[in-house]
Amino acid sequence: MKYAVLCYHSENVVCAWSKDHDDEVMAKLAVVQERWAKAGKLGPVARLMPTTAATTLRKDHEPSVVLDGPFAETKEQLLGFFVIEASGLEEALAFAKELAEVNPGGAYEVRPIGYFVDWSANS
Amino acid sequence: MTDLAWLDAAVTGARPQVMAALLRYFRDLDRAEEAFQEASLRALKSWPQNGPPRDPVAWLIMVGRNVAIDALRREQKSETLPDEASLSDLDDAEGALVERLDDGHYRDDILRLLFICCHPDLPSTQQIALALRVVSGLTVGEIARAFLVSEAAMEQRITRAKRRVAEAQVPFETPGPIERSERLGTVAAMIYLIFNEGYSASGGDVHVRLPLCEEAIRLARLLLRLFPSEPEILGLASLLLFQHARCAARLDGDGAIVLLENQDRGLWNKALIAEGSALIDKAMRHRQPGPYQIQAAIASLHSTAERFEDTDWTQIDLLYSTLERLQPSPVVTLNRAVAVSKVRGAEAALAMIEPLAPKLSGYFHFFGLKGALLSEIGRADEAREAFDRAIALARTAQEAQHIRGHLDRLARDSRKEGASPPR
Repeated sequence: MKYAVLCYHSENVVCAWSKDHDDEVMAKLAVVQERWAKAGKLGPVARLMPTTAATTLRKDHEPSVVLDGPFAETKEQLLGFFVIEASGLEEALAFAKELAEVNPGGAYEVRPIGYFVDWSANS
Repeated sequence: MTDLAWLDAAVTGARPQVMAALLRYFRDLDRAEEAFQEASLRALKSWPQNGPPRDPVAWLIMVGRNVAIDALRREQKSETLPDEASLSDLDDAEGALVERLDDGHYRDDILRLLFICCHPDLPSTQQIALALRVVSGLTVGEIARAFLVSEAAMEQRITRAKRRVAEAQVPFETPGPIERSERLGTVAAMIYLIFNEGYSASGGDVHVRLPLCEEAIRLARLLLRLFPSEPEILGLASLLLFQHARCAARLDGDGAIVLLENQDRGLWNKALIAEGSALIDKAMRHRQPGPYQIQAAIASLHSTAERFEDTDWTQIDLLYSTLERLQPSPVVTLNRAVAVSKVRGAEAALAMIEPLAPKLSGYFHFFGLKGALLSEIGRADEAREAFDRAIALARTAQEAQHIRGHLDRLARDSRKEGASPPR
């Protein structure tokens, strides 16, 4: 069985970390990741940029609307995610819009990834 | 991170939101500050024992409000008449308070708190000091060190600023759209000032000034969370991230300025550059260009060039010409001239800055650039003259030292050619 482990924390707190502290945390996490990657169990690891960098495609309207900011509704739940290599926000949104056409309702939050390692590709 | 450090970070992070709400309840900066102080002390006692609350902001507002109401009641028992106005919003139920945190009005509370600090009567240094004290919660000592003044002088400056603000009576009603947008512009300018105070080497040790840059970025992110669709706020945040990303490469081991062309680009903070790029990308979608967005776009071209030689000067020249149209200023034209010198040569750049001479006769960078352009085309004597003026106008030892480097090079070159005697 594959599992996604989702990471939650206060953005206020994490964004206020000094670069040294941030590097230190990332280094400690990397040690754990390496151990699980060596056992062939770890897939991609991503750290998202702050929510201020997010854009949301609401697809419960026709046509869908693009809003600045993260997905903020609490009555809908996180059901899945895609990772895409795009030239910029426009291309990422174009991908989300194509998905929306065949899967209306709810929303896609498009958030740039700040840190990405695909451990399964490296092994 | 220890528990105590976590607690400290959570309280600091919550401060602007909590202060904004407390100011709305009590309409008095000092009372709001005291209430926040007391709530933080109680958090320090309660959180390690009972675990952190689910919503630290709501917890601190609730406790701070109750503490201040108790204090008000005690005062009123000893004084004559209760002050109805100071108790205006206090009948809100607790549930309503938590609801308010998600409410659109809430962002106006924070905007008001920030706006109060940049009252036009206050000189910019007082605006910055007040915002750093009240909104960011830096201690008077920390602010005094960043501004190179004594703690007593800074204390006095902040007290004076608070008195002015109280006299100015900023209205507490929800602002209309035009007023809101004006407030947003003023607050953005203040945040930019805070950043520049930390960024510009107008004196002092870089290490005590860095926190100002970090504070400015924190405030810009806060503003952006409240107003996610304002292209200029996106532009401001992006610009600050790009500039800050280069800070590790801007000074060498001896504290001397390292010019962009000589900076070790490996020292640039890639994560901040990526975030800045994401934000300017978002801003551009709105197709409402403004000065912060254009400056961010220029910074983005510098930040994403692999080497100095790869810089897209043509695009930078174009962006500066747009900036000149939107926000005409001799300093903008001076900056454009740097790009022009790369695209069309030093002669063209000199022609461009010549008309600026009367306006920039007291500006260090004008003579620095003029000297560099003149020496580039071999007009050594005039270059020396410009560099001498620059040294006389330098505000820091680093600036003067940088120009002396230019003069030394001129002297070396002339010795090599044997054209004129060494200076």
